[in-house]
Amino acid sequence: MNNDILLKNGTVVDPVNRVNAKLDVYISGGKVKKVGKSISVPPGDTTTVIDITGKIVIPGLVDMHTHLREPGEEDEETIKSGTRAAAAGGVTTVCCMPNTHPVTDNQAAVEFILLKAKNEGVVNVHPIGAVTKKQEGIEIAEIGELKKVGVVAISDDGHSIMNAQVMRRALEYAKMFGLPLIAHCEDIDLSVDGVMNEGFTSTKLGLKGIPSEAEEVMVSRDLMLAELTTGILHIAHVSTAGSVELIRQAKRRGVKVTAETAPHYFTLTDEIVEKYDANAKMNPPLRTAADVAAIKKGIADGTIDCIASDHAPHTDEEKNKEFGYAPFGIIGLETILPLTITYLVKTKVLSLSDAVKKLAVNPSKILGLNRGNIKPGSVADITVIDINTYRKVDKKFVSQSANSPFVGFNLTGYPVLTIVNGKIVYQYKK
Amino acid sequence: MMVRLISKDLLGLEYLSKQEIELILDTAKPFKEIFTRSIKKVPTLRGKTIVLLFYEASTRTRTSFELAAKRLSADTVNIAVATSSVVKGESLVDTGKTLEAMKADFVVIRHGMSGAPHLLGRTIKASVINAGDGWHEHPTQGLLDIFTIREKMGSVKGKKVVLVGDILHSRVARSNIWGLTKLGARITVCGPSTLIPGYVEQINGVEVEYNLDKAIKSADVINILRIQLERQKENLFPSIREYSLLYGIDEERLALAKNDVIIMHPGPMNRGIEITSDVADGVNSVIYEQVTNGIAVRMAVLFLLAGGETATADVVE
Repeated sequence: MNNDILLKNGTVVDPVNRVNAKLDVYISGGKVKKVGKSISVPPGDTTTVIDITGKIVIPGLVDMHTHLREPGEEDEETIKSGTRAAAAGGVTTVCCMPNTHPVTDNQAAVEFILLKAKNEGVVNVHPIGAVTKKQEGIEIAEIGELKKVGVVAISDDGHSIMNAQVMRRALEYAKMFGLPLIAHCEDIDLSVDGVMNEGFTSTKLGLKGIPSEAEEVMVSRDLMLAELTTGILHIAHVSTAGSVELIRQAKRRGVKVTAETAPHYFTLTDEIVEKYDANAKMNPPLRTAADVAAIKKGIADGTIDCIASDHAPHTDEEKNKEFGYAPFGIIGLETILPLTITYLVKTKVLSLSDAVKKLAVNPSKILGLNRGNIKPGSVADITVIDINTYRKVDKKFVSQSANSPFVGFNLTGYPVLTIVNGKIVYQYKK
Repeated sequence: MMVRLISKDLLGLEYLSKQEIELILDTAKPFKEIFTRSIKKVPTLRGKTIVLLFYEASTRTRTSFELAAKRLSADTVNIAVATSSVVKGESLVDTGKTLEAMKADFVVIRHGMSGAPHLLGRTIKASVINAGDGWHEHPTQGLLDIFTIREKMGSVKGKKVVLVGDILHSRVARSNIWGLTKLGARITVCGPSTLIPGYVEQINGVEVEYNLDKAIKSADVINILRIQLERQKENLFPSIREYSLLYGIDEERLALAKNDVIIMHPGPMNRGIEITSDVADGVNSVIYEQVTNGIAVRMAVLFLLAGGETATADVVE
């Protein structure tokens, strides 16, 4: 009895190796062993053969922006539940943000996550360390040691580093370890007490707005500091047209910067806040139709390198509250793939191959993860997707939380099979 | 044609049609006659339970709703949030479900958070009436303001109404804007640029004027909003003194307006800041009539939400 898997009759889309063809994939010993036409196994062989006619084989997604909530908020999500949600979403690697309780700003905290992930997780988990101690934005954390124990990037996500000098030093210091700094760009004086995008809808609803400029002021500053320090800057969750343009210009003049956006910023606008449903509340907030168009353009022209989920679980009790009292954030691991396929690939903003770059190849490259391809010899992190069948997003999620504004959306491109290190971790059952 | 209120809740004037607003105003008229008689009560809502759930301090709105309910013979229960389970951390959703289990027919809610009545409305089957939510709307205030203008001027169509003061944080302003523009009035908002919300012009053609002297010149109605003194700390204006100089209405400024201009204020007033006493108590002021009309309008709202179709003769009998 072996543990080998043969995926037969699917179409392999592997942009790194410039493959886009009907090929079989043979997986053995946790690795991709063979990619080729009409691979077969001898009679009596115990390899698991799966017929995936009409389905697409892509490298497993690498989500560089996930909140697993453990330790500290296990009522919202755990490493166990979060990695299963990832598997159900076709995500084979999650990079978890350090705004845990306690904050992931030291060796012990990182090792705890890695140990938990090893024992209870079903996908690869890479912690992201804090930039500053307790994410307070005052003193930089022990970034060298964080790197040594395995963080793949540093970020004070959820908190903006308001002090420009601290940001400068962090970029400079992290550079020598080759660690990207993932910036949550928000001028918290401009966004103070804001709960949604500042615009016509916030005026109508009587909710305190967050202007686009709260993001853009910080994106500008951080791009300048990246230029000054030649540090490795990655801009998280880009939400505005202005940010896209700033990053585009910076890239043109050679600044070392990469950027991500999340699916809700290319699918939804602030108008959905109308019902005061807190599942439409996240930070940065949903913006306008013009911003959505600019984000799509930025994705298409390469200004935005990655699509990340910003999976931020919150319980029903926390979310079913007065809009102003509810916390920011929505889950995203289980919808990132179908939203990308439905809103970007089916609408021809991106080819399927380019979508795979945004979802797997580029994040892997930015974080130095050696994932995102299906070449023989590479780790078998593979997702099989169905881009023909449409199905409504069910309010029953694998995630422990269900705070999604996408429930009821009719989407395609869901994963039907997720394989991590050569093992099946998710299989869709009707 | 028989018009009814479509929704079970009254959450804001944005959500009402012109016909629904007119229905409420027309229904309020005979109700006003009832309670200005010596016997002020009718049996219309006998057996109905109305809960007044106020998360924010209020004198006139709460009392007005309570009197409106009592004059329709409904039973009223007051929940003072400071002495309720809310201080033990009970959520709005749970409080709502509890009131539902006690078979409340109406919940009148005042809350500091915009949208709180929407949340309650989709949680419970009872009718939810917004008595002011955050900066969003205060629909019965808007209705009583329109009722008062109609009473004085016959119609609001084509009339110029100037809203003066802190528009950004004002639920009264938003309800006035929706209600009045739907009935054909022209609205000018006037206040410091820091207190005028962006994009307000996109709501049914509202005009913005920073200069109060200019704004009031051709006004038929001046509705003066309360300025919250704490706003100064957020740098929205430099001092109460300067605010009062630029946006306070005194007799001298009033002289710039038409002789028969109506002066309104939703209360509570900061006398000597946004309005001087001689204006508040002067011949143009209808401020206390607004309070009286508030009861009539709220009776009409309760009556119509309870399923009443029009204020028929037997109600005013």
